[in-house]
Amino acid sequence: MAAPYDLKDDSVVVIIGSGAGGGTLGNELAQKGIDVVILEAGARHEYEEFTNNEWDSFGQLAWVDKRTTSGDWRVARDFPNLPAWIVKSVGGSTTHWAGASLRFQDHEFQALTHYGKVKGASLLDWPITLADLEPYYAKAEDKMGVTRTNGIAGLPGNNNFKVLKAGADKLGYKDCHTGNMAINTAERDGRMSCQQTGFCFQGCKWGAKWSTLYTEIPKGEQTGKLEVRPNSMAQKIEHDKSGKVTGVVYVDKDGKQQLQKARVVAVAGNSIESPRLLLNSATSMFPDGLANSSGQVGRNYMRHTTGSVYGIFEKPVHMYRGTTMAGIIRDEARHDPSRGFVGGYEMETLSLGLPFMAAFLDPGGWGRSFTSALDQYVNMAGLWIVGEDMPQEDNRITLNKNEKDKYGLPIANVNFNDHPNDIAMRDHAYEQGKALYEAVGATRVFPTPPYPSTHNLGTNRMSEKAKDGVVNKFGQSHDVANLFVSDGSQFTTGGAENPTLTIVSLAIRQADYIAKEMSAKTI
Amino acid sequence: MVTIFNRKAATRDAPQPNDKHRLSRRDLLKGGTVGLGAILVISGSSIIHPEFAWGLDTSNLKPETMVTLIQLARDIYPHDHIPDRFYAIAVKPYDAKAGEDAETKKLIEDGIADLDKRAGKGGYIGLGWEDDRLAILRKVEDTPFFQTVRGGLVTGLYNQEEIWPLFGYEGESYSKGGYIARGFSDIEWL
Ligand SMILES: Cc1cc2nc3c(=O)[nH]c(=O)nc-3n(C[C@H](O)[C@H](O)[C@H](O)COP(=O)(O)OP(=O)(O)OC[C@H]3O[C@@H](n4cnc5c(N)ncnc54)[C@H](O)[C@@H]3O)c2cc1C
Ligand code: SF4
Repeated sequence: MAAPYDLKDDSVVVIIGSGAGGGTLGNELAQKGIDVVILEAGARHEYEEFTNNEWDSFGQLAWVDKRTTSGDWRVARDFPNLPAWIVKSVGGSTTHWAGASLRFQDHEFQALTHYGKVKGASLLDWPITLADLEPYYAKAEDKMGVTRTNGIAGLPGNNNFKVLKAGADKLGYKDCHTGNMAINTAERDGRMSCQQTGFCFQGCKWGAKWSTLYTEIPKGEQTGKLEVRPNSMAQKIEHDKSGKVTGVVYVDKDGKQQLQKARVVAVAGNSIESPRLLLNSATSMFPDGLANSSGQVGRNYMRHTTGSVYGIFEKPVHMYRGTTMAGIIRDEARHDPSRGFVGGYEMETLSLGLPFMAAFLDPGGWGRSFTSALDQYVNMAGLWIVGEDMPQEDNRITLNKNEKDKYGLPIANVNFNDHPNDIAMRDHAYEQGKALYEAVGATRVFPTPPYPSTHNLGTNRMSEKAKDGVVNKFGQSHDVANLFVSDGSQFTTGGAENPTLTIVSLAIRQADYIAKEMSAKTI
Repeated sequence: MVTIFNRKAATRDAPQPNDKHRLSRRDLLKGGTVGLGAILVISGSSIIHPEFAWGLDTSNLKPETMVTLIQLARDIYPHDHIPDRFYAIAVKPYDAKAGEDAETKKLIEDGIADLDKRAGKGGYIGLGWEDDRLAILRKVEDTPFFQTVRGGLVTGLYNQEEIWPLFGYEGESYSKGGYIARGFSDIEWL
């Protein structure tokens, strides 16, 4: 079973993070017979331990180590130390995620070409095309059991979806269905089907929703080639005189510092921790941080243009019953500048339980305007907006000079300002969401501000040229050949789609590349 | 320590001498107690809701402070169908915190004293109309006192499982097999 590797074993690939990117890469490499150690900062909670309780689950799984924020986004005011809602646990944010699994659209890989230069934005084309990624998308969809692919039926629509669909029909939207979800409609891959419990964000206790925790990771462990080390927080990546990385310094479960030697290192700590780790790995040879000769590490932080719209109706909806993200409208995902912005957005149903609704409906709000909304909780339907936001150089992760974590390393600061294109898109989406619910008889609607970021992207971006980004088209550092980035921080631009299917597809593709380069002895 | 105790309603004819918290009707009518809208009654360090049969002890905050805090909690997040008991549970941790931390104690006592001062004679809870109390709250809503109390209520009030049914939220569903056979798609009015 799980192989324990020696700290001095310098033949292993060390992956930092066990989420969508890291967990997938680890299994893919192990399947090819490559020895892998995954260092995961969080604990290992199997799915039986998950809880149908929003705050308890948040306490169990979420990343709550302190971060700071700056910039004009409302999150900096409402949640100054919680810029992102992501996970610190084996499985990473694939424990919390909703399961929406969409391919990017062709033009989104070439955003600069299609949108043209946008003032204030650092748009760039990806060094790959949809055609390059299509075979890997197909593999990822099969691996994750995505509905409406591979002959898998769509999920049945819940009440929240039915309201969305009725509104979509009224507005004349054509592309509305119960989504492409990495959730089992029927038993598949040894996992059971969705029981419509409605706690997808709290970890699926049935295992119906794909998560690396109970798919990729145990499969990799079964090969005897993968060791996952929980409660192991990577602090610094080391290198030799030639500039090759040689190992990872981490704090183990007992709080002791260790050094795991490595032949290859892959960083997959999500888009805040990954750049933080590279920046904290600065040395005299790499004074601005590892892999950062371009100065792009930490920059171009994207979080999707989001927001929610909740509508109140005269009669009950019970939106919290059944899958959290129960359906989608894709008509607005197209690029159509006549709407007043470039790029597009998706509308997806969303539901929060009462405790989270109280925290997120209007953070800081109070009084009867607020409470009379909650009084109608049963009669509420909700949707979430997810659209392409503009990469900007100064939306970035930096090291906070004044605050350190408990091991003495600078914590991350997340600076974010909305681009005018983001605001125009959000306003458009709020109007459409409002019109949609009003068309089915909503008596009141709420344009709800963005939550702390669940989609964190772009801070180690891919680029054709070394000066424009951090990694090449395989996620390999432009500067250091045996250093890879394997999570959403590779994204050159964000697209309108939820990112995880693309993260997983890139990880499968990267595994092929790493295996090839290892056998060619170039790394 | 604050304890919230559910009790049987005190009846006029059956005083319970063994229970020092229990008040007879005569006690309630005696001077020296403060009534909140003639509902919450303070006796010594206890706050008693005689009609709905629950009470609460304070040990670090003044009982009058606790009564006002409960009213403040309701004014911040008013739900007319939610009984006082839940607001009391939401703010009671401040009593324990006040015991551990002098700063918290001062924040709360001073904050409440300030509300009373702004309200004039009769104090904050003496203002009969919610609108009059809100006029005061709008002036203090940016203070650390108000923001602390409001922020604490977001979880202190809404994360009480006992109030979820009052909003129609059904909570945990795994043990019941999810909603697959319990109405996940039962909407009929569309
Ligand atoms: C509530 C919610 C709903 C979502 N819904 C969807 C959805 O429907 N569709 C979709 O596509 N996406 C969704 N997402 C986003 C999705 O979860 C993420 O995009 C995806 O998991 C990111 O993958 P990742 O590999 O970049 O990072 P993660 O999955 O977050 O994994 C990173 C891991 O690295 C670990 N780590 C970080 N730093 C270190 C370190 N220094 N040392 C060791 N370990 C470290 C972390 O603890 C974590 O476990 C959702 C997210 C949330 C929170
Ligand atoms: S609704 Fe389905 S996918 Fe979501 S947690 Fe429940 S069983 Fe899992």
